[in-house]
Amino acid sequence: MMTPAVGIVVFPGSNCDRDVRWALEGCLQIPCRYLWHEEQNLSGLSAIVVPGGFSYGDYLRCGAIARFSPVLEAVKQFAEAGGAVLGICNGFQILTEMGLLPGALTRNSKLHFVCETAALSVYPGKCLWLQDYEQGETINLPIAHGEGRYHCNKNQEVSLEAGGQVVLRYQNNPNGSTADIAGITNEAGNVLGLMPHPERACDRMIGGIDGQRLLAGVLKKKGA
Amino acid sequence: MLDPAGEATRAAAARLGVSGLNSLRIGKAIDVELEAADQASAQKSIEMLSERLLANPVIENWQLEQLEAVAETMA
Repeated sequence: MMTPAVGIVVFPGSNCDRDVRWALEGCLQIPCRYLWHEEQNLSGLSAIVVPGGFSYGDYLRCGAIARFSPVLEAVKQFAEAGGAVLGICNGFQILTEMGLLPGALTRNSKLHFVCETAALSVYPGKCLWLQDYEQGETINLPIAHGEGRYHCNKNQEVSLEAGGQVVLRYQNNPNGSTADIAGITNEAGNVLGLMPHPERACDRMIGGIDGQRLLAGVLKKKGA
Repeated sequence: MLDPAGEATRAAAARLGVSGLNSLRIGKAIDVELEAADQASAQKSIEMLSERLLANPVIENWQLEQLEAVAETMA
């Protein structure tokens, strides 16, 4: 059986694409393929990662321009057909701009860029990416963002909570996010967006391995 | 919707001795020049742009202000 590969979207301005590749290939032996922003062919891929960075310079708003790229039209169809899609940091901002996840990410409440290790509580629910974590488990992942304050309207918040879609929460809210939200999944559980960086927590030598199960879990669940 | 940049600026304004500044919000202005057959179609295009690209309705409100209409006749 062919080993399934993970597609890593690369925009002009992405800067965590190679970190994701190192985490997947170097640490977890999962093959990857870069998807340049003009690419539309996702054949042979079992999951897509939209990595962090500053896509298209983050002009206008974070993720606002990226949303119109050819690769994301294909990713949107992939996600709507049940494909596993992960958005990290700028990738999370992009998934909200695309409408694959509700809400938006905006300026941190204290205006500072925060760069630190964040303690998170995990509530996997039916999120495909988090099935290898325990309900309520504490993990530590690095965060590095200036615009990571999750915001949504009250109805969306109620619906996220009711649907068990708030899958990652900060234990010490670093940015003013609504309901301590660090990551959410869609109703079906195949799309995950989070501000913390699991790919920076996959190598024992640098930053621990709490992110490994997130990046590896989705492929395992698919019987690969 | 909290506007932390606006709040920080308001706090600085108070140090200049200006009192009574109850609210200060920071947004952005986008100047657009558009060619269209008439005002109604221009308005329609700009509204669509504002809703779908220029603003994110989850975190931003927007309003249009038409400064001038330049009528050009074909030579």
